[in-house]
Amino acid sequence: MKRHLLSAADLSRDDAELVLTTAAELRELADRPIKKLPALRGRTVVNLFFEDSTRTRISFEAAAKRLSADVINFAAKGSSLSKGESLKDTALTLEAMGADAVVVRHGASGAPHRLAHSGWVRSSVVNAGDGTHEHPTQALLDAFTMTRHLGGHLDGRRIVIVGDVLHSRVARSNALLLDTLGAEVTLVAPPTLLPVGVESWPVETSYDLDGVLPKADAVMMLRVQRERMNGGFFPTAREYSRRYGLDGRRMATLQDHTIVMHPGPMVRGMEITADVADSDRSVIVEQVTNGVAVRMAVLYLLLGGSEPAVGGEE
Amino acid sequence: MPAHPHDSPLDGQRVVLDDRDISRALTRISHEILERNKGAGDLVLLGIPSRGVPLAKRIAERIASVEGYDVPVGSLDVTMYRDDLRMKPARALLPTEIPPGGIDGRTVVLVDDVLFSGRTIRAALDALNDIGRPQAVRLAVLVDRGHRELPIRADFVGKNLPTSLVERVKVTLAGIDETDAVTIQGIGTGGGAA
Amino acid sequence: MSNYLITNVSVLGGTPTDLLLSGGVVADPADAPADAEVVDATGLVALPGLVDLHTHLREPGREDAETVETGTQAAAMGGFTAVHAMANTEPVADTAGVVEQVWRLGREAGYCDVFPVGAVTVGIAGERLAELGAMADSAARVRVFSDDGRCVSDAVLMRRALEYVKAFDGVVAQHAQEPRLTEDAQMNEGELSGRLGLAGWPAVAEEAIIARDVLLAEHVGSRLHVCHVSTAGSVELIRWAKGKGVDVTAEACPHHLLLTDDLAATYDPVYKVNPPLRTAADAEALRAGLADGTIDIVATDHAPHPHEDKDCEWAAAAFGMLGLETALSVVQQTMVDTGLLDWAGVAERMSYAPARIGRVSDRHGRPVAVGEPANLVLYDPSARRTVDPAETASLSRNTPYRGMELPGRVVATFLRGQATVLDGKLQ
Repeated sequence: MKRHLLSAADLSRDDAELVLTTAAELRELADRPIKKLPALRGRTVVNLFFEDSTRTRISFEAAAKRLSADVINFAAKGSSLSKGESLKDTALTLEAMGADAVVVRHGASGAPHRLAHSGWVRSSVVNAGDGTHEHPTQALLDAFTMTRHLGGHLDGRRIVIVGDVLHSRVARSNALLLDTLGAEVTLVAPPTLLPVGVESWPVETSYDLDGVLPKADAVMMLRVQRERMNGGFFPTAREYSRRYGLDGRRMATLQDHTIVMHPGPMVRGMEITADVADSDRSVIVEQVTNGVAVRMAVLYLLLGGSEPAVGGEE
Repeated sequence: MPAHPHDSPLDGQRVVLDDRDISRALTRISHEILERNKGAGDLVLLGIPSRGVPLAKRIAERIASVEGYDVPVGSLDVTMYRDDLRMKPARALLPTEIPPGGIDGRTVVLVDDVLFSGRTIRAALDALNDIGRPQAVRLAVLVDRGHRELPIRADFVGKNLPTSLVERVKVTLAGIDETDAVTIQGIGTGGGAA
Repeated sequence: MSNYLITNVSVLGGTPTDLLLSGGVVADPADAPADAEVVDATGLVALPGLVDLHTHLREPGREDAETVETGTQAAAMGGFTAVHAMANTEPVADTAGVVEQVWRLGREAGYCDVFPVGAVTVGIAGERLAELGAMADSAARVRVFSDDGRCVSDAVLMRRALEYVKAFDGVVAQHAQEPRLTEDAQMNEGELSGRLGLAGWPAVAEEAIIARDVLLAEHVGSRLHVCHVSTAGSVELIRWAKGKGVDVTAEACPHHLLLTDDLAATYDPVYKVNPPLRTAADAEALRAGLADGTIDIVATDHAPHPHEDKDCEWAAAAFGMLGLETALSVVQQTMVDTGLLDWAGVAERMSYAPARIGRVSDRHGRPVAVGEPANLVLYDPSARRTVDPAETASLSRNTPYRGMELPGRVVATFLRGQATVLDGKLQ
């Protein structure tokens, strides 16, 4: 029985489309006077956040509450990496509380996988971002947002993802999911920020942003942390912005229908300029709204029935 | 629904309403709604997906032809309100479309194809409760096959159809299906049955 | 002291014969006393007692993971009669006092001989040389020096160490890992590390240090030993260096011969080890290198860790896996059953050569022959077993072979004529 969402690779095309169509129905809830559905009444969803991420936590919290689930927020300050309580002990605590789903954000790649497969908990595990691995619900909300703007499906749509692919869980999940949904993905980054082995991913890669922008249907800018400069991944923030930042001049080369996305939080002036972020093409705020609907869909499909309707492996 | 393994799936099906019967029944329901409501003024028709929705639209067309007034029509998905939600794998949601004027203070007529246990309608009443506060809620069904498990009754009925619990009532509607028909069949022949 | 008459045993896979163990040495079976305990060894292979050049016994400091006693018990169960105990204990074995303590604990335990390895640098901090001479002159008679767990990455320090140990015929055993190229490294760098989001440990980080060190060893005319070679490129470099006459020896670990990096996809840290599990092509190259003698020996890198250090997320987990009790089985599966080595070849790579490198071949790594010390192992190559961590003699349970079926079984181990293991059971 499938019961976890750990990786975008867990989702077949049918699964992904079911999440997106369910999210489309649930998106309408935002316009109703009572933004609540009874589907998860009596279910307990634990938000287990080992990393600060207020926006992702709030999004999952809103999603669970709108489905009438009981929500427990567990901010495990200082992971086991920093000698806090271990992931295992935390998991056992949650199990004792009777969690039906654990939404986990963790700095270590694979921590949700560990949680799901170690036998520590029986609940469903939803990966809310693990290290530099994956962030599947972000990819779902991105795909949902693109679908709404690009004619209802992503077959053959050209999606350009720009920035620190090496350290980006968003890029990994998007590359997998967008390929599943039939889109053509191009990753653009300086060579130092592309992972080893990227040539085996189902994507194209490029070092030349200007070359790929005119054909793009959607451009997703990834956050670039200034700390990466210290690692020598690129020489200066200025050089990075000049080569890989999205500014007004580059935006002018986009097709009329092309949308600009960012998973947030943005570093304005680094990977994206303020005029682009605030332009009509930007769907960045809508991504946040859609995030709640997509996460509702995931929680409903995993927990709403007698068994999950989507997701990966036992 | 209880299983009766001894019933042959090859039990013949018989048509109890054909397209003309259905058309007549809907026309009658439309008139009854207007009569009961003293006009079409504050009506909202909400079909319960999937076959309640085209039925609601057909009733609205008939009301429009009589009254010259377009009654708002929408759909109301009750999936998340079902009391058997946890008994099956999570199901895909069906569209809920509330007409722009909303339902507050209106007379909402819920439209469904078959009234059976009453559980779908109970779920629909709960769903309505989360959307607004109608002045009144009425229920129109094409077929009432009996066997109620909740204190619910229909205000407008196309045809009362006494059935055995082992039988299945199947409604097909042009648009979703090939033809308009209501048939009764033995267990196991499937289809959009209730 | 009991006498053992081992009957019908196939020494190094040869024609079945009888062996008498008497007075701590191998004796003529014709002289067997009437009360000698008879061990029917029909179908068993006799090998010289195995010698591990690379064991972590964890004592002093991490007695929750392993003690000298439990570690040597595991060694005996694996057919070993001598182990070299790595220096990265707490405190580090960087003084005569610590190495003598470990040596004494080994003597007290009595399951196999323990030869302490001394740290190259104080606190294995890679800053200044430890008192290598004092350790060499101590009761522990240290000849192998290693900062294992860390690389002696400073080229000057490595050069000095290589030079300095010449005075007492020592050897520097290098943990080849360029530190800057492996910051936060978690697994083999490749397509999979990129996909799993685990920081990569590139092959070049090992190969660059090996290339430098063989050139240094050649330059200063010193003896170099390379620990846990894990990549095809490293094998090539060592083959090249040997061809040039550089005095270099190298070891491969059983887990690198058998297991590959795709196991990391489970995110189960039982597969986390340093250097990491590599690709199937690397394992293939290691096997070939071990077969042709480019790689001199098999060493276990037995690295016990308590449950909590493995029962966690990958990045938080400790590096290392158990190896002593499964080494011979893994070598049988990868080298013998594949036809790459015969049992004489196994004896060379798991007993004679490691004893020579560790400079203990006066007592260990001797042929199974009359007059030689009675250190030997009786092994049943036709047995099969499924590895159950609960059955390990080690204090820790972190075996990567958990649930795997492996060939062979150690039936008996004799240390100086005394059975440390008999009928597969610790004595």
